[in-house]
Amino acid sequence: MLEPISISLGSLNITSLLPMVITAFGALTIICIDLMTKTLSRSFYTMLTVLFILLSLISVIGYTGASRGFFDLVLVDGISLMTQIIILVTSALFVPLALGGKRFQEFAMAEFYALFLFMITGFQFMVASDSLILIFIGLETASLALYTMIAMHNRKKAHEAAIKYFTMGALAAGFFVMSSLIFYALTGSVEIHQIAEVLAAKNFEPLVGILAATVFMIGALGFKLSIVPFHTWTPDIYEGSSAALAGYMSVVPKIAGFVVAMRLFEMLIGSGVLWLEYVLYGAVVLTMTMGNILALVQEDVKRMLAFSSIAHSGFVLSAILIGTTEANAGLFLYWILFMFTNLGAFTMLWATRNRKNLWDGRYQHPYSKFSGLVKIMPTNAVVMGIFMFALAGMPPFSVFWGKLYLLSAAVNSGFIILAIIMVINSAIAVYYYMKLIVYMFLKDPITEDGNVYTSNNSTVLKVIIGFAVFMTTISIVLVEPLLNIITQYVSNSGF
Amino acid sequence: MDHILSLIIFFPLVAGIFGFLVNKDSIRVYGITVAALEFTLTLALWLGFDNNIDGFQFVEHAVLISHFGMSYHLGVDGISLFLVVLSTFMTLVALIGLSITKNVKNLIITVLYLEMTMVGVFLSLDVILFYLFWEFSLVPMLYIIGAWGSDRRIYAAIKFFLYTFAGSALMLVAILYMGYLYHATTGVWSFSIPDWQLLILPFNLQMWLFGAFFLAFAIKVPMFPFHTWLPYAHGQAPTIGSVMLAAVLLKMGTYGMVRFLLPLFPDATVYFVIPVAIAAIVMVIYAAMVAYAQEDMKQVIAYSSISHMGIIILGTFALNAEGITGSIFLMISHGIVSGALFMLVGVIYDRRHTKMMSEFGGLAISMPTFATIYGIMLMASVGLPLTIGFVGEFLSLMGFYKVSWIMTAFAGTGIILGAIYMLNLYRKSFFGEITNEKNRGLKDLNARELSALIPLVALAVLLGVYPKPILTPIDVSVKKMIVLMEKKAIKPETKEFIVKVNTIKGGE
Repeated sequence: MLEPISISLGSLNITSLLPMVITAFGALTIICIDLMTKTLSRSFYTMLTVLFILLSLISVIGYTGASRGFFDLVLVDGISLMTQIIILVTSALFVPLALGGKRFQEFAMAEFYALFLFMITGFQFMVASDSLILIFIGLETASLALYTMIAMHNRKKAHEAAIKYFTMGALAAGFFVMSSLIFYALTGSVEIHQIAEVLAAKNFEPLVGILAATVFMIGALGFKLSIVPFHTWTPDIYEGSSAALAGYMSVVPKIAGFVVAMRLFEMLIGSGVLWLEYVLYGAVVLTMTMGNILALVQEDVKRMLAFSSIAHSGFVLSAILIGTTEANAGLFLYWILFMFTNLGAFTMLWATRNRKNLWDGRYQHPYSKFSGLVKIMPTNAVVMGIFMFALAGMPPFSVFWGKLYLLSAAVNSGFIILAIIMVINSAIAVYYYMKLIVYMFLKDPITEDGNVYTSNNSTVLKVIIGFAVFMTTISIVLVEPLLNIITQYVSNSGF
Repeated sequence: MDHILSLIIFFPLVAGIFGFLVNKDSIRVYGITVAALEFTLTLALWLGFDNNIDGFQFVEHAVLISHFGMSYHLGVDGISLFLVVLSTFMTLVALIGLSITKNVKNLIITVLYLEMTMVGVFLSLDVILFYLFWEFSLVPMLYIIGAWGSDRRIYAAIKFFLYTFAGSALMLVAILYMGYLYHATTGVWSFSIPDWQLLILPFNLQMWLFGAFFLAFAIKVPMFPFHTWLPYAHGQAPTIGSVMLAAVLLKMGTYGMVRFLLPLFPDATVYFVIPVAIAAIVMVIYAAMVAYAQEDMKQVIAYSSISHMGIIILGTFALNAEGITGSIFLMISHGIVSGALFMLVGVIYDRRHTKMMSEFGGLAISMPTFATIYGIMLMASVGLPLTIGFVGEFLSLMGFYKVSWIMTAFAGTGIILGAIYMLNLYRKSFFGEITNEKNRGLKDLNARELSALIPLVALAVLLGVYPKPILTPIDVSVKKMIVLMEKKAIKPETKEFIVKVNTIKGGE
């Protein structure tokens, strides 16, 4: 017979749930408002969403309670707080992209904003827990919302993308559950810290079981992080979704995935399961190299950015392989700097979106679209050029500092060969980013009419792009304060 | 004059940003004025420079990223002083001589940015800062070659960019590894060159790090067999691009060798003296022979650049005061001479829209002033005594004579070959009767071209007759560096070698 359980409200540490509660409550509010009136404009929903995100952000920043809460299911440690901040800031920058010059179906629907807030809730749970069950619930909540949001773009390609993402995501979810199941069978727990303890006590036997669980987990997280060979969905889905959403997808779901990977894999690598280190090493190198090489041959800027984001994932994954505090701090530094730049680049694509495929029958944003842009719209060309150079890791722009920090973490931990592979890859990456620059700056324009580039532009988009450019160019002074915060958070959480 | 170095670096940047607001018709004068102001600033730096101090002067230091040991660290010594003056001077001259009218606003702003990066490379004492300027200097050059070049400009621009970018990738790992080693030895993070110079490294590490740095510099110089990007870049670049490339950008490579390889890795440097010297001699002779076979006037000068860079490297790796001082002087003089020659080719290209020597002949009849200036610069390039080219070449070869007289003799043949191809170029294009009617009645140099070229001619002669004001400060800093190398060396052979090449037999 079960013992009756009595729990005081204080021990539940409800405030640890506050950030998620705010976003979920926001989503419900939007649904309720939509039930009552249908006349409200998208700008209302946009701003309401931003407000809820800001509230949630404040509750994260102001959090001072214990790191455990809600039957120990919730874990609010340094990296969880930091990742939530990254997720919320990115989201707050993303939502206003709905206010482009053109009207799009999905942004006119209140459901989009509700789903968006639910998705944020999902990601927040995913990073704020070390229970595999809660992580899974967060992951699925977020993913299901995301599938729908992609489909709401309501183009043929968008439906294709959503279904592709859904089916492959379902497979990955299956992997995740299988892995959790095996871990549970081995240790009798689904909480990562307990799994670690039990495995250590058992001296990591039986190895076969651990290997099987790890393989499934690599498959599941590899899908989210688009690690080769689980990357095949990325370009099609980026191409199918709107440029703004694609930019968002290349940042937020991945950082959530990285945190889970960090919690789980670093525990396993730390235990000395050499085999996992080799697999991860292979995955890092393959992901970087394949991403870069495939990006070389793309004809569409969006697909190029998709493959390049695979390469960036591989680059950052090396931090988990290296596993030192410096490397983990490097992961966050890289991703924060990457976030501004990548979101900026995708927003540029979004701003230059044109309903008709004027340049190419197959692609929305072929390279030739940007031919001679510097002569038609010099400012846009310079801004896009800065984003491209920044993504390529050209000093002194943002991503360079992340690269530098990760490389030095690799060198400092004796991963010299890995560091060399990493720099060779950045040299390859320069080529395809430069291709766009060559088109924009060195070729002659196809059309003299600048209006085809501005149809979706608006003040809000300009402000966001301006902000992204600002952060990208001044990142040399951002690195120091960012690193102070990040290192403190990361080392507080024991990584 | 506390922050004069920051001012020198960032003045072109700020002026470039303001330049966007200047009207297209006035941008040329704006660019020249800014470049002139910048040149005045560097002259002020030279005036304020104390020739008796052998260390870094006007040092500025501020911590940028403390976790990393990266700081904003600037300073100038005899080695970098004249390269800075050269950069600003050549920018000014190139802007005066500019004849492009298409999209000239973008071009001038880009040149100002390029000026910032060049000056930044020579003034940075923090290695990360150095790397930052080093990499960023590629961007303006990519744009200059790619947007204002001739037909195959895009290919040339990309080749230039990728070659040099890939070359410096390994250098980045080496830089980070040096930072790690410094931290491991001293417990402090630092990327400052003066700090690094005090670090004594084991021999095998020196070898690896030397290799990684050397590759980046060798591609930039460019050394044989990494030279293939250069003739292409020169062939396609507009005149101003070639001038900046030959006069300053190539010097970054040789400057890097003097600044990094020698003082940081003395044992590895001595170990590699002979292989590097062989590569340099191959470069001197091979490039000279290729230059002789060219039909395009600009290609002749491009290959002659490679040939002369070989002598600079030879002088650097002589590892004695004469050789290194001579090689630094040769960097300056080659900057002035090759810059002038590329401008002269630009002058004739503007009139005839061809660079083929077979199209010319008898130019001395129709353009006497042009022919005179060309002749003087040609002599300076060949290294005629009393011209600027002679001093550096003589000192470099004299320096290397102490290492190996046979190899010096081989390098000397490069100079003879140089005289052959240059005089051949001059004979074909300028002497004889006018065979092509298009060459008759060509206008001689106009006021704009003269005002750009005459300062160069004056310098080529003046410094050739009296090079002392430049040699003295260089010599002081170089001697300090050699003493440091000797002290730092861990292998007795290295010490022996450095002492050997620095003593004059039978004298003193």
